Amino acid sequence: MRVSVKWLSEYLDLSSVSPRDLADEITLTGIEVDDVTIPSETLQKLVVGEVLTAEKMEGSDHLNVTTVNVGEDEATQIVCGAPNVKAGQKVIVALPGARLPGGFKIKKSKLRGHVSNGMICSLDELGFSDSVVPKHAEDGIYILPEDAVVGESVLSYVGLDDAFIELDITPNRADALSMRGVAHETGAILSQKPQFKSIELTEDTNETIENWVKVTVTDGDDTPIYKMRVIKDLTIKESPLWLQNKLMNAGIRPIDAVVDVTNYIMLEYGQPLHAFDYDALDSKDILVRRAHDKETMVTLDGQERQLNPDQLVITNGEIPVALAGVMGGENTHVTTETRTVALESAVFDSTSIRKTAQRLNLRSESSSRFEKGINKATVEEALNHAAALIADLGQGTVVTGVASVTHVEPKSVTVESTIDRINRALGTELIEEDIIQVFKRLGFEAEVSSEQVKVTVPPRRWDIAIEADIIEEIARIYGYNNIPSTLPVNETVPGELTREQSLTRFSRHYMEGAGLSQAISYALTTVPEAKAFSLESGEPIELDWPMSEEHRALRKSLISGLLDNVQYNVARQTKNVSLYEIGHVFHNQPGETMPKEVNHIAGVLTGTIVDNTWQETEQTVDYYAAKGIVEGWLEQIGLGDDTQFKPAQDIKGMHPGRTAYILINNKVVGFVGQLHPSVALERDLQDTVLFELNMDCVFGIEQEPLLYTSIPKYPGTSRDIAFVVDETVLHEEILHVMKEQGGKWLSSIRLFDLYQGEKIEPGKKSVAYSLSYLNPDATLKEEDVNGDFEKLKQALIDSFKAEIR
Amino acid sequence: MDMKEKLSALLTKALEDIDQSSLVKEIESIRVSYLGKKGELTAVLKGMKDVPGEERPVIGKVANEVRDEMTQALSSKKETLEKEALEKQLAEETIDVTLPGRQMKKGQSHVLTQIMEEIEDLFLGMGYDIVEGTEVETDYYNFERVNLPQNHPARDMQDTFYITSELLLRTHTSPIQARTLEAHDFSKGPLKMFSPGKVYRRDTDDATHSHQFHQIEGLVIDKHITMADLKGTLELLAKKMFGDDREIRLRPSYFPFTEPSVEVDVSCFKCGGDGCNVCKQSGWIEILGAGMTHPSVLEMSGVDPNVYGGFAFGMGPDRIAMLKYGVDDIRQFYLNDQRFLAQFKRKG
Repeated sequence: MRVSVKWLSEYLDLSSVSPRDLADEITLTGIEVDDVTIPSETLQKLVVGEVLTAEKMEGSDHLNVTTVNVGEDEATQIVCGAPNVKAGQKVIVALPGARLPGGFKIKKSKLRGHVSNGMICSLDELGFSDSVVPKHAEDGIYILPEDAVVGESVLSYVGLDDAFIELDITPNRADALSMRGVAHETGAILSQKPQFKSIELTEDTNETIENWVKVTVTDGDDTPIYKMRVIKDLTIKESPLWLQNKLMNAGIRPIDAVVDVTNYIMLEYGQPLHAFDYDALDSKDILVRRAHDKETMVTLDGQERQLNPDQLVITNGEIPVALAGVMGGENTHVTTETRTVALESAVFDSTSIRKTAQRLNLRSESSSRFEKGINKATVEEALNHAAALIADLGQGTVVTGVASVTHVEPKSVTVESTIDRINRALGTELIEEDIIQVFKRLGFEAEVSSEQVKVTVPPRRWDIAIEADIIEEIARIYGYNNIPSTLPVNETVPGELTREQSLTRFSRHYMEGAGLSQAISYALTTVPEAKAFSLESGEPIELDWPMSEEHRALRKSLISGLLDNVQYNVARQTKNVSLYEIGHVFHNQPGETMPKEVNHIAGVLTGTIVDNTWQETEQTVDYYAAKGIVEGWLEQIGLGDDTQFKPAQDIKGMHPGRTAYILINNKVVGFVGQLHPSVALERDLQDTVLFELNMDCVFGIEQEPLLYTSIPKYPGTSRDIAFVVDETVLHEEILHVMKEQGGKWLSSIRLFDLYQGEKIEPGKKSVAYSLSYLNPDATLKEEDVNGDFEKLKQALIDSFKAEIR
Repeated sequence: MDMKEKLSALLTKALEDIDQSSLVKEIESIRVSYLGKKGELTAVLKGMKDVPGEERPVIGKVANEVRDEMTQALSSKKETLEKEALEKQLAEETIDVTLPGRQMKKGQSHVLTQIMEEIEDLFLGMGYDIVEGTEVETDYYNFERVNLPQNHPARDMQDTFYITSELLLRTHTSPIQARTLEAHDFSKGPLKMFSPGKVYRRDTDDATHSHQFHQIEGLVIDKHITMADLKGTLELLAKKMFGDDREIRLRPSYFPFTEPSVEVDVSCFKCGGDGCNVCKQSGWIEILGAGMTHPSVLEMSGVDPNVYGGFAFGMGPDRIAMLKYGVDDIRQFYLNDQRFLAQFKRKG
């Protein structure tokens, strides 16, 4: 809502407050101010000029050379490109030195050899949007009235000798979508009671409404109030300048006096009105009903609309003549031929209007007011005011009486509270006097006794209904900045992270310690990316109405997003990328309302893990780098011993020979591996390794409480063993046999050499392990483990045909 | 030569030997050659038995002096030599200490995580628990339970990604409040919670809009919670996030789930309130929305609004990070450009 301070001062005395200070007050007490504009601060050296001569410039198809009297001793020459410039016109002249919106500065110039001392302006050049200037002023310069005084500042002629406060009105404060509402609000801030002039409506006593129109409403819930007046013998003209300016400055295009009055009244009262061409209605019976299914009508924008029974229509008893509250019909709109106007002022059900406006994509100033609510107390007052004004501007007369159907009466609402409850809610120590003062400023009746507070809220503030609403009014008018600052006093136990939360934090720190940076990617992605790399089968969850293919489906894996990030980095010369992400993935759960939403952790590494330095030689990432990160993580969580890795040849997008499932207690919780070379190629990546685990699953594994084991008091001993086996024998299989068959004192096993190559048979590999033995209760001597060691050797021979070396 | 002379000659010779030695291990052999069991001093002393009885104490004293002097010279020479050797070693071991150190690759938390964790830690310290929820929510919990019934005009304020007519991507973290409220047992004490997480809105991504962003909401429900408590809590938050000198101001606003509702501005941390480009010359920066929990929200969760009440507040970590670090494009948070991420390494 763009509020003209000049208009507002018709109701309040604003002489002692500057527009900016007023805006600050409004922001702090009531409604957020988006912007304050004071045109005179920027628009200078704009004067009324009189075009004395205007001649086509030779050799140009559109330029005119004019002489203009701008109130100086001599007429000045200005080159003007507008097609409509003519001698005798009063026009807007921007003199050299003038500044126009957008910082545009006017200078003396020469156009094709002709001196131009300024510019003759259109409204557009003064900052009015194309959509608000009158149609006839759209192309070309703006013509001022004949009585405009040459040499005077032009601002008052276009209503820019004003200040404008742009209010950002929240849905609950629809009462402030009107100048009267803003006046009440501002009055409360300034402790002034707004003054509204009473309307003088002269009715034609020879004509009564019953002979002209009768209104019927099929459903009082849909249309709680419907009122109509008739104004006859009109001449439809342009509206006077003051009215046009008020509309333009509020962002509404002037059309003709009738339409302009309906808009003007809407701005003043917040009451949308609609004017019908009475003769075009072709009926004396107005019926407001739901549309029939597939009924059609042509709205005044020329579009044929197909309707349905959710939508309310105004009919002439047979066919729709307007979409209630949203848009009029083409067949009945006011034209220059109109002589008699039927003027509607009503209240429609907000939900119905909202649905209609939404479905037909027809949001307007009027529909949005119906959606947010109407002051039921001024439906008729607004109608009367409009009728009087239309009659006045069009030299017509108003038929006596109002055709009216009323299912609701405007009612004041009584809300009760106590001083104690108010103070307990706000943390204040307000007394009777303070509270009386607040409601006096708001213009609400209030009875405040030592205990009870009883407030009568007028219908113009239909947002107020419950105690909390009253408390809010007190808080804001008393001033939030006058409320003290305290902290809740209650039993406080320290907040605690849950096990999952603290493990998540640990996981982040671990990954960062391992050199990976945290990424946060979009959860919405393309359908193929959403399901790629997911160990869960099934289609991803798709949005009902996506904005783009790019963000259509919910990810089932974090990998695609991370790969996108890696690709983005690599394409920008960051060759070494290590990222991890923790986030939700989403799986459809047929038969359940909610999808399965799981916390995952994933990481991707490409490029080097060790750079070439003066001291170190470069190491590029490999499978084992990723695996090491995962192993370390699981080990720190305490699951190292329960973890197994098994070759995974079937994960799409992964290298079949370099990928493993990660199993904890024999259950797959994720995978680690190298990106398939052809996928890497598609994404323009070098060797890239990655991992992804179901974090909920990992954190959910029950663990024994951590207990201290005593530090060994006695020395142990160790043995090394080297042997040759088939290359297909897995390290984990060897480990398994060693652990099973290694004897009770075998405490740890470490692979320290792995060789494949010329020196041994093809298809074989040579491995060497170091075995540590420990007896917690006694010193172990070499000979104590001889037996165990021999047994282990034999087990390796039996299991793998190992050739011990 | 009598004993005395012999001893004196021996001492002179020993001191000479010691003086000429240049290695620590020579010292040891000198010691053995004089003072050892088969050493020269020992040999001379064996002649003591031939010394007349009355001279023995005198000679004995001289012999002791000679031994002491030798021992003294040996250890002092040893010390010198050891010191020299050490100095030599150290000189040889000297390196260019300005060469780059061995690299340790370290990653860092996302800047949004850092902001959220900072806020989390503050509220954990004040006795709040972190409650997380799902990003896919029902229309019922996302809207109806926070006092936004079907066709409520405020539903316009947040355009929604629907999956089905019932299911959507949460537009705020508020459904967690409703879910936690209805599950909370007030006989076990007040509810103090906050919930950080991703939220989604139908917005076209540009420098200031993102269809995915983050939110943190806090909620306190107890028997005697006041608007002043809300103000005090938010003041603390503002100071923690933006510095001790910060002030806040509350402005009336509207959220369907709180009443009174306020928007909270913090005095500009860049200019201190004088007006600059960060605060658009106003001296104030809007950082959060808050209010007293609406009685209907409590009622719908089965909490009696005549007994219990409280406050809620919500803020956007994305916006806070943009303000705090001057990030001018919200999309940066989700592109994960390492050159961007790495800028928030600094912890001090």
